[in-house]
Amino acid sequence: MSLGYLERGYLEKEELPPFPSEERLKKKTVAYIECPQPIPCSPCFESCPANAIEMKNINDPPKVDYEKCTGCMKCIRVCPGLAIFMLRLRDDGMGEVTLQYEFLPWLKKGDRVKLYNRKGEEVGEGVVNWVLPPERNDNTSLVRVEVPAELIFEVRAVRPVG
Amino acid sequence: MVKIEHGRLQEHPIVDFKRGKEVTIYFNDQPVKAYEGETVAAALYAAGVRVFSRSFRWHRPRGFFCAIGKCSACMMEVDGIPNVRTCKVYVRDGMQVRTQSGLPDAEKDVFSILDDVIDKVFPHGSHYSKFTTSKKVREFMVKRMRKFTGFGNPPRAVFQGRAELEEIETDVLVVGGGPGGMSAAINAGKYGAKVLLVDENPFLGGQLVKQTHRFFGSAKERAGTRGIRIAGILEEELMGIENVEVRKETRVFGIYNGEAGAYQRLNDDEGKLLRIRAKKIVVATGAYERTLIFENNDLPGVYGAGGVQTLMNVYGIKPGNMGLIVGSGNVGLILTYQLMQAGVNVAAIVEAMPRIGGYFVHAAKVRRLGVPIYVRHTILKAKGRKSVEGAVIAKLDDRWQPIPGTEKEIKCDFICVAVGLSPTHELLYQAGCEMKFVPELGGIVPLRSKFNETSVKGLYVAGDVAGIEEATAAIMEGRIAGIHVAVTLGYGGEEAKKELEEAVKEIEEFRAGPFGERIVNGLKKCTLEDEVIS
Ligand SMILES: Cc1cc2nc3c(=O)[nH]c(=O)nc-3n(C[C@H](O)[C@H](O)[C@H](O)COP(=O)(O)OP(=O)(O)OC[C@H]3O[C@@H](n4cnc5c(N)ncnc54)[C@H](O)[C@@H]3O)c2cc1C
Ligand code: SF4
Ligand code: SF4
Ligand code: FES
Repeated sequence: MSLGYLERGYLEKEELPPFPSEERLKKKTVAYIECPQPIPCSPCFESCPANAIEMKNINDPPKVDYEKCTGCMKCIRVCPGLAIFMLRLRDDGMGEVTLQYEFLPWLKKGDRVKLYNRKGEEVGEGVVNWVLPPERNDNTSLVRVEVPAELIFEVRAVRPVG
Repeated sequence: MVKIEHGRLQEHPIVDFKRGKEVTIYFNDQPVKAYEGETVAAALYAAGVRVFSRSFRWHRPRGFFCAIGKCSACMMEVDGIPNVRTCKVYVRDGMQVRTQSGLPDAEKDVFSILDDVIDKVFPHGSHYSKFTTSKKVREFMVKRMRKFTGFGNPPRAVFQGRAELEEIETDVLVVGGGPGGMSAAINAGKYGAKVLLVDENPFLGGQLVKQTHRFFGSAKERAGTRGIRIAGILEEELMGIENVEVRKETRVFGIYNGEAGAYQRLNDDEGKLLRIRAKKIVVATGAYERTLIFENNDLPGVYGAGGVQTLMNVYGIKPGNMGLIVGSGNVGLILTYQLMQAGVNVAAIVEAMPRIGGYFVHAAKVRRLGVPIYVRHTILKAKGRKSVEGAVIAKLDDRWQPIPGTEKEIKCDFICVAVGLSPTHELLYQAGCEMKFVPELGGIVPLRSKFNETSVKGLYVAGDVAGIEEATAAIMEGRIAGIHVAVTLGYGGEEAKKELEEAVKEIEEFRAGPFGERIVNGLKKCTLEDEVIS
């Protein structure tokens, strides 16, 4: 029997939570949570002002109702598992992934970054087009990168180029 | 990138290292630069010292291991006093530090050649049967042998300080100022009980002070907040309660029929003995790190995961350039992430079980940064002469045996052993608590009621000493113990009883998931029959 993600340390495609619809992804940014294992953790649920995260008890893995999610980013600020990604598809055919970033040097708008998938493989390069600076969120910076649309369900880590 | 100077991190994404005044200490007569607030071991490590002592029989080099005063691997002579754990004393200008085993010192020890031959000349145990021709010969040889083994010389310094005795009466004594102890003190204190909390460190927070990551749990238990900040939040709450007194640098050495003996350090030359009469005692002394059997596991560079965290996150000292992590529980996974934050590379994480032991999300964090996780693998040996230069790992078969031909060499200059903790239970034993070996809880733990009272009436436990769990559980247990103490002393009335019920319910819910299952199973084996609060 394969133990799946607990053997590998990353999720395969078939283990991912359901994708938000293309229509929803185009409307505005939406929270996509990759936290499949029952663990005693609930700050995402507790921080969501829109009641978009479902969690029956503290050990229940979170499920996002993409229609209710307003994209406010409260949950991604506090998630200790770095398991939440804000995703968006733009009209110009590009995609955007926002992720938590806690390394030096801090990234700034305009920085070029290498893009990595869940396994740590490089999948391309992207540009940072927005950040929440670390000092505004107890040293967890939020970084939004512009990536090819087809990579929004792939890119899960970034590193500065050079 | 992260800037390093004199072995010390100059910047860090999370921690702002505030170093004290620069001072000079002398290590085997050589001047070493240090900063006030650093321990001797930390300062020496930053200066590049890796060999802290020699083993007493084979004279094998030893480094530090735990960095929190629990393993004795770092003992040296400090200002003429032998057997001082250098990870627990703080530097002072002009301090004289010497390695006490090895000739001329631990680094260059000429006796290390014995590693190969000593078993032929002095088979194990032969010191009992040799040199017994006369008492004189025996005494002479025993003296030589003691010197040779490096247990240190008796202090040359004569005690110059003053020794005082202070007698203290209080409702509650809390031993240990980690999350468990602080929570117990807060919750007993807030209902009016007179509380004295002591901790042997010059700071409160216990293990929290090195946990730079955001915590799990519920927002009520401050999840999403960094461990280092939680320590500060609890301390502030504690200091806000008038009837709670805190004494730092105060170590409890024994509990005798409900009275505790402690030693409080006042300054470099002064200290006093405390005789504490408390109606209730809460022991929250935490845990120490376990090690693992493999070839060369005593080589400097093989460290406890918590030891590396202390070095790196408390003192801002870089442990090395490339680490290998043994164990994929939360501690190993979190440490891997923290090493990367400090600009240190991690070669791999090895795990003997067929699956990652800690939370998946912690594993995913480092996996996406390219750190391989080898499940069903173990470390076979550490390589290197005076410190770690590499390691060999291998795949395990279904019967946990290494599969020949699967050995893989890993390049690394330090190895972190993250294979779990065991409760620091000595005080409980000594106080006469009934103890039991419960593997699910990390080792030998006290029997306790569901309110955390042990078999010795009035003696409570909270946190890791009651069973290895984590900080959120330690805080919850501290709350239960603290309120029960208050209630049984007659404080708090109905309100306290109601909160106690809630607290018990909350911890049950917290432990209801698969990660709590183990704990719940363990607790079943050591819970005394439930008490009813009247
Ligand atoms: C790497 C790592 C990562 C972790 N991550 C998490 C996490 O994400 N979430 C989480 O909830 N938990 C986490 N934990 C666990 C958590 O840190 C511990 O479970 C928690 O600190 C236990 O609290 P405690 O109060 O029982 O003991 P401790 O924090 O160990 O405190 C014990 C205190 O007692 C003092 N003491 C001991 N003996 C004496 C004596 N005789 N006299 C006076 N004082 C004494 C010690 O100096 C110490 O300050 C982690 C632990 C580690 C090592
Ligand atoms: S982004 Fe805002 S609305 Fe959406 S799930 Fe997170 S907290 Fe809720
Ligand atoms: S806060 Fe993050 S780690 Fe915790 S349950 Fe929510 S998504 Fe998972
Ligand atoms: S006692 Fe100092 S390193 Fe363990």
